[in-house]
Amino acid sequence: MKLTLKVWRQKNVNTKGSLETYNNVDVDPDMSFLEMIDVVNEQLIAEKKEPIAFEHDCREGICGACSMVINGRPHGPQQGTTTCQLHMRHFKDGETVVIEPFRSASFPIIKDLVVDRSAFDRIIQSGGYVSVKTGQAQDANSIPIEKGLADTAFEAASCIGCGACVAACPNASAMLFTSAKVSHLALLPQGEVEAESRVMKMVDKMDEEGFGMCSNTGACEVECPKEISIENIARMNRAYLKASLGSEK
Amino acid sequence: MSLTGLFLCTFLIVHLIGNLQLLINDGGKAFNAYAHFMSNNLFIQVTAKGLYAMILLHAIKGFLMALNNRKAAGGSRYAVSTSKNASWTSRNMALLGSWVFIFIGVHMAHFWRQMKWGELNMMNIDGVMVKNLYEYISVAYENPLIVAFYVISMIMIGAHLWHGFGSAFQTLGINHKKYTPIIDGFGKGFSVIIPGLFAAIPVWMLLT
Ligand code: HEM
Ligand code: SF4
Ligand code: FES
Repeated sequence: MKLTLKVWRQKNVNTKGSLETYNNVDVDPDMSFLEMIDVVNEQLIAEKKEPIAFEHDCREGICGACSMVINGRPHGPQQGTTTCQLHMRHFKDGETVVIEPFRSASFPIIKDLVVDRSAFDRIIQSGGYVSVKTGQAQDANSIPIEKGLADTAFEAASCIGCGACVAACPNASAMLFTSAKVSHLALLPQGEVEAESRVMKMVDKMDEEGFGMCSNTGACEVECPKEISIENIARMNRAYLKASLGSEK
Repeated sequence: MSLTGLFLCTFLIVHLIGNLQLLINDGGKAFNAYAHFMSNNLFIQVTAKGLYAMILLHAIKGFLMALNNRKAAGGSRYAVSTSKNASWTSRNMALLGSWVFIFIGVHMAHFWRQMKWGELNMMNIDGVMVKNLYEYISVAYENPLIVAFYVISMIMIGAHLWHGFGSAFQTLGINHKKYTPIIDGFGKGFSVIIPGLFAAIPVWMLLT
């Protein structure tokens, strides 16, 4: 099949980018979306042109590197998949596909489709860990945890930090990511100990990084490749409210 | 945002109950007595000041939030925008709210100013002379343009609450497998029925 691609090309943070059109791109329906870009890049390199810069690592939906917005949707049109898990058979012959970087003031564009998501790392650094002594790795089932709670914590922990939630949000809010991280720690006994100070630190850091305020549009949970629920956001709102009312600051 | 928004929702109910008296077929007696009570009762007057503060607080906070979020989203957004992941109302709360804010201004200049300072005809209710606001409103609602403005504004409030009602609970951290569908359903009903009844009053008065 043949596609027309419109790809965002931008030299670096300081230059203005624009969409560039690539006509008649030959595509095999069995290719993944990233393989399709690989092929385009081989062609570009053969023509002595600059290849399209994009991020990728695992290519199996677990690392969260492959950030891009495809036809207006982070990670493309399929529900619950990353770009690397998206296959070209979901596109029609002759279709025009527009590929843009994740956009948010807190994710500056480094080059083409590559954005700097280190703001997420700094949110984690501000409190996304357990610093109390938890001893050796426990034998299975030695710490009793209710099954429902363990499942909820596990679902939250499946966040891969890709940033699609921020990219999808009209407010560029990082609430889904932050709440997933806050939840997965707070719901388990080892993480619960520092739950209050953690939620304060992580939310404050998130605001400091310049992410927008949540207005509950719900776009994040629709676009999240791991289908993290906005229930986590409510849980974080609840915890933050409680922690800030009780805090001495 | 959530607390002021929900406060304004309770205000809507009280305001609606008062307004529905316009439909009583008694030449405006019940409504005028109510309007007289509202503008002379100390408790109501104090509460009203609180209400104005709430409206301003909600509007200013909403406006600042919209500005902040526009900045956070970065200057240029996507070349292709999608409506597939979030409802139109949820994306346009500031726009809808601004219309509602302008509506409140126009509405107060229209009726409230008359009641407060206007030279209205008087009506005798059981020996007390009260301003005949009913008559003034009836005349206004014979103008289809005014009625149309009120009806459109009610649709805007309804759209604002279509997202806003449920959203306020999520903001307060209330999201529950059992109760959230009930709250959301109630919010959708509220956002259709309450503005619908408000809008029905001028339409009814225009048609009869
Ligand atoms: C005075 C004019 C108004 C303006 C400028 C305004 C603006 C806004 C804005 C910008 C938001 C937040 C956007 C969002 O969460 O997506 C909002 C939320 C809300 N508004 Fe308004 N609004 C106004 C009037 C009203 C009125 C009259 C009511 C109710 C009768 C109301 C009820 C709500 C509710 C329930 C929310 C949701 C709160 C939350 O998500 O935390 N608003 N409004
Ligand atoms: S919450 Fe979902 S969309 Fe957001 S960073 Fe985590 S996995 Fe990505
Ligand atoms: S490359 Fe790792 S999730 Fe796509």
